[in-house]
Amino acid sequence: MKENTSMPAHAGDKVLFGFWVYLMSDVVLFASLFATHAVLQGQTFGAPSIAELANLPFVLWETLILLTSSFTVGLTVYFAAKKRKVQTFLALAATLALGAAFLSMELYEFAHLVKEGHGPWANASYSAFFTLVGTHGLHVFLGTVWGMLLVVQLMVWEAHATVARRLMCFSLFWHFLDVIWIFIFTFVYLFGALQV
Amino acid sequence: MFGRLTLDAFVHAPVETGAQLMVVGGAVAVVLLLTYFKKWGWLYHEWLTSLDAKKIGIMYLVLTAVMLARGAADAFMMRAQQVVAVGEGVGYLPPDHYAQIFSAHGVIMIFFVAMPFMFALLNLIVPLQIGARDVAYPFLNSVSFWLTAVGAILINLSLVAGEFAATGWLAYPPLSGLEYSPGVGVDYWIWALQISGIGTLISGINFFVTILKMRAPGMTLMRMPIFCWTALGSMSLVIFAFPILTVTLSLLALDRIFGMHFFTTDMGGNAMLYVNLIWAWGHPEVYILILPAFGIFSEVVATFSQKRLFGYTSMVVATMAIVVLSFIVWVHHFFTMGAGSDVNAFFGIMTMTIAIPTGVKVFNWLFTMFRGRIIFATPMLWFMGFLTTFTLGGMTGVLMAIPGADFQLHNSLFLVAHFHNMIIGGVLFGFFAGLTYWWPKIFGFTLSERLGRYAFWSWIIGFLLAFIPLYLLGLMGMTRRLNQVDEIFQPLLIVAAVGACVIALGIFFQVLQIVHGIWNRKKNIAGSDPWNGRTLEWATSSPPPEYNFATIPAVEGRDAWWLMKRQGKKLEGREEKIHIPANTPFGLFIAGCTLLLGFGIIWHMWWLAVLGVVGCIVLLMVRSFMYEGEH
Repeated sequence: MKENTSMPAHAGDKVLFGFWVYLMSDVVLFASLFATHAVLQGQTFGAPSIAELANLPFVLWETLILLTSSFTVGLTVYFAAKKRKVQTFLALAATLALGAAFLSMELYEFAHLVKEGHGPWANASYSAFFTLVGTHGLHVFLGTVWGMLLVVQLMVWEAHATVARRLMCFSLFWHFLDVIWIFIFTFVYLFGALQV
Repeated sequence: MFGRLTLDAFVHAPVETGAQLMVVGGAVAVVLLLTYFKKWGWLYHEWLTSLDAKKIGIMYLVLTAVMLARGAADAFMMRAQQVVAVGEGVGYLPPDHYAQIFSAHGVIMIFFVAMPFMFALLNLIVPLQIGARDVAYPFLNSVSFWLTAVGAILINLSLVAGEFAATGWLAYPPLSGLEYSPGVGVDYWIWALQISGIGTLISGINFFVTILKMRAPGMTLMRMPIFCWTALGSMSLVIFAFPILTVTLSLLALDRIFGMHFFTTDMGGNAMLYVNLIWAWGHPEVYILILPAFGIFSEVVATFSQKRLFGYTSMVVATMAIVVLSFIVWVHHFFTMGAGSDVNAFFGIMTMTIAIPTGVKVFNWLFTMFRGRIIFATPMLWFMGFLTTFTLGGMTGVLMAIPGADFQLHNSLFLVAHFHNMIIGGVLFGFFAGLTYWWPKIFGFTLSERLGRYAFWSWIIGFLLAFIPLYLLGLMGMTRRLNQVDEIFQPLLIVAAVGACVIALGIFFQVLQIVHGIWNRKKNIAGSDPWNGRTLEWATSSPPPEYNFATIPAVEGRDAWWLMKRQGKKLEGREEKIHIPANTPFGLFIAGCTLLLGFGIIWHMWWLAVLGVVGCIVLLMVRSFMYEGEH
């Protein structure tokens, strides 16, 4: 077998395009979860709605943290393009730290709800809420793991074209999660609060 | 340690034990043969770890053949049961086992026969037709194949350990919920489809990007062969439909594992939500399968009529119209659910609308044949068989699109006859046409035309005998999925069983055709262009080299190869460094970890599931360090 793992020159273009296509399929995944949430939202079976239980200022802080991480991931790509290694590291580390902070806050919120007896198994509305928000959280978690992998690869390979491309895909993914979160914040928390 | 898995899971009733022994015996026989002939190294290095799209395509074909045998065996058992279990007779299959068989039959035929058959042909032909050396992501292609294979393995494991779903192929809740299906059957169903479904999604993205980004210079979109167009349409549907399946299966799994309430009858769950979600995926799925078949027929009819395809542009437009329309018809699968007359009317009209682009295609094919010098080779026979049976099936479909009529026909054998008419007469005949048409290209030798004709005639006669009675039975009021029937249905059920036997004869001739072909392969060398083809796959040798084309062809119009032959040109074009990805076992290993994950969740062996997930993540990480990137 011919040993040659290098990729032809136009590979980056192909990978980035494919990643966009993957993100579009993820849009459909979240759309299905949003639809499910819309259908089941009111089915609390007598329990208070999630909007009544949620602490809006707390969720606003989560939102701000995630939005800031979108800014820092933008900086990461910018610095990587300028081949400024230290700044790239710092920006990526900040992104991951913010991501971790967001995840901790979400886990805290989930744990609090479960402790109060409002776990996902309580009723259909809670099932839909935990699954929609949790799927976003799972994406953020996987994104954070991916980001840590990229930190290592940046150290090993420096500003290699492959790493630069992966950083680009990572930033697309991260921005995408931000957009999804905006929809969650709007449709799950804000609209929910309006109905209370 | 072993969760729900106890020794009882391996103890079955007599008929099931037979199936169990066949699976175990088959696996042992394969292992022994490979060891005896010392072929393990060859298998591993040449096939299992290969990233060559053509080899992956052939592995998809093998998977298809194995699973077709399994699915067909299920069908014969059902036909036999309905012949003998009449009136007071209970037949030889207990109700629960019978329910598992019809569920497995549907799941296998759609997910593990039709889908891999489609991806086999896509892998084998699409890169060649667009003048590319490979698919966009060869490694992901291998991952996709192995994920599909893991799904098939899980389905067959359910014969050995435990049971399969007894819920029908789409496992509607609340029947498929924990309350009414507490066993492992539905879990096998969920995880087999979840894992293979993710493989399909990755394949969808892969071929979508391949077709859009890897075409040879000069091959504009409107110069692509129609098979590539239909593949593009089908892959767009995969990308938009399969995430819905992923979500639906996940929600059902959450209900079953964590006691959530998406689809339960209590605590606010909504089973109708499931039915909507599964068909929002399920209807596009039908078109995912049929569109590439339409593409194959378009290639076949042009080649064997020795004429340019009539109405190329309208063919493209019709394909894309079907892609769009297929997403707004899903409610016709459950008009009787009670969505209201306005909603039903909308979806009924949209369903009838699909007949328009499909009709356009049928007329285009007919006009292609008109004044062509038709050669009645076997691919053309499959096409003619398709044209007649599919038109019949299409008309029954339009009939059922009328909500009022559907209330009468819903869940009857009329429906069963209709969708078999579309899937056998449309999809399967299409893929058989493609397989016989491209066989010389793929393997380098031709097949016996005589045996091919025998196979075709057995199939079409058997098909009509097996399914026309079902239309009548449906109109007589016989519902689907019965394991014991009324005496008045028996005569027609016997006819249907005879039809199934004639189909079995067709399968026998196909096997014979292939064995005969392999036996005489030295005598029947195909040459690069045995059918006097029109598109680029016929420009390279048979079988094509691993890199497909030595020089990337320059395309100057539609039917690129035909044009070159007419102008007396040879295949010439841009010289480009040949780049071939090295073999890697990572696809195989990653899929192996998903097998552990699936099996672990099914049997509640949580440590095994965690091991599977960790294994996947570690393998992906290691793999990500193995690219040195561009040099």
